Amino acid sequence: MKSYFALLIMGLITNNFVLSKFLGICPFLGVSKKLDTAVGMSTAVVIVMCIATAVTYPINVLLVRKDMEYLQTVVFILVIAALVQMIEMFLKKYVKSLYKALGIYLPLITTNCAVLGVVLLNVQNGYNFGQSMMNSFAGGMGFMLAMVMFSGVRKKLESCDVPEFFKGLPITLIAASLTSLSFVGFAGIVEGMGLSV
Amino acid sequence: MNTQMILTAFLTVGIIGLICGILLSILSEVFKVPTDEKADHIESEILPGANCGSCGYSGCSGYAAALSSGKTTNTALCNPGGQEVSQKIAEYLGLSAGSVERKSAVVLCDGSCDKAETKMEYEGLKSCSAASALQGGEKMCSYGCLGYGDCINVCEYGAIKLCDGVARIDPRYCKACSKCVNVCPRGLIELFPVYKKKAGVMCKNKDKGAQARKECSAACIGCMKCQKVCETGAVTVVNFNAHVDTDKCTGCGKCVENCPVKCIEMIDYSFVG
Repeated sequence: MKSYFALLIMGLITNNFVLSKFLGICPFLGVSKKLDTAVGMSTAVVIVMCIATAVTYPINVLLVRKDMEYLQTVVFILVIAALVQMIEMFLKKYVKSLYKALGIYLPLITTNCAVLGVVLLNVQNGYNFGQSMMNSFAGGMGFMLAMVMFSGVRKKLESCDVPEFFKGLPITLIAASLTSLSFVGFAGIVEGMGLSV
Repeated sequence: MNTQMILTAFLTVGIIGLICGILLSILSEVFKVPTDEKADHIESEILPGANCGSCGYSGCSGYAAALSSGKTTNTALCNPGGQEVSQKIAEYLGLSAGSVERKSAVVLCDGSCDKAETKMEYEGLKSCSAASALQGGEKMCSYGCLGYGDCINVCEYGAIKLCDGVARIDPRYCKACSKCVNVCPRGLIELFPVYKKKAGVMCKNKDKGAQARKECSAACIGCMKCQKVCETGAVTVVNFNAHVDTDKCTGCGKCVENCPVKCIEMIDYSFVG
């Protein structure tokens, strides 16, 4: 149980996907302008991360048994892309409201490196199925935390008098680096709480 | 050994890809959602995609759905698309094309920096809605253009510029999408037909004459001269402020000539090709 809690804290704060692993920066900068788009995108990421982990875990077991670990990246990309398409079709048919709410973000996730990243990290760290699922969920929630926080930061930025040459992306990147610095301050709390994976 | 490794990798990825492909194609049949092809075509190929809502529907997709399902046969509702889009929809659906009157938005305020008096220095957010919430902004007149450009920010066609403290709209670029009309906290922006001469009262000040005069030298003082001189009854003065009914206005220009404060202007955009 302790290890799951540790995974949750790590995914949310110390090993935050966006702010300390620098995965999924594209949607982080692209759709964090407004709170509702940020929440929509990150909800989609949480869902896809969990399902992708559930699907790729058995595939990875098969690959390891056949001594073909070197194919992990290629196979995972393929499977995740197909999976997202399937989820999209399913939602379009049965959960129209969710499909509309997620909109363009669902197909965008097909090529999101945070999703591929979480799957590969699960394998690298040798997590079992439960730990992998927890890590994916925590990673997705961490992504959401970063997105929601940053959309607030960007809202503040909009009403700031930014120097002409910093306007737009430069000031956004500076703000992102400061936000990620604040997350570095949490480093070590998992060990400090006497938890380990 | 090496060739075998390449072959196994090739085959594994190939087979997984094949399985995914087959699954996807089966699922696409299972989860097939009937879509309205007509509506899709109208939305993606014909309508301009501004999603402005000036047609009265919720964006372009709403209008396309209404057209294809026969809820409306009026092809002339799209202001940004104009006559061309109306014609294309009519051709595609076999309807008769309604004519779209080209319109342009006009900011009905002439209170430029030299005419409008100021009551304070405003150093807050550069936004009309914020300024109007804070004691009504810099100018003494609480009806006029604030000049912080909320309309400029919302315009997708770059048709609005700030000239001497008031927003001005270039009819050559205006697509009459009504976004600025809705965003102006003072409700100063109205649509005028481009190819017809119409008189427009460039003031919305509802204060009594003497007070209005103190606030801005271009303010309407509600003297009723324009109402008396108008032959078609298009001009009415309510709450010390004249208003021209564009449907009744013939563009004769008598109110413009007789206005003592010169706050009525002839809006003539015939130079727009």
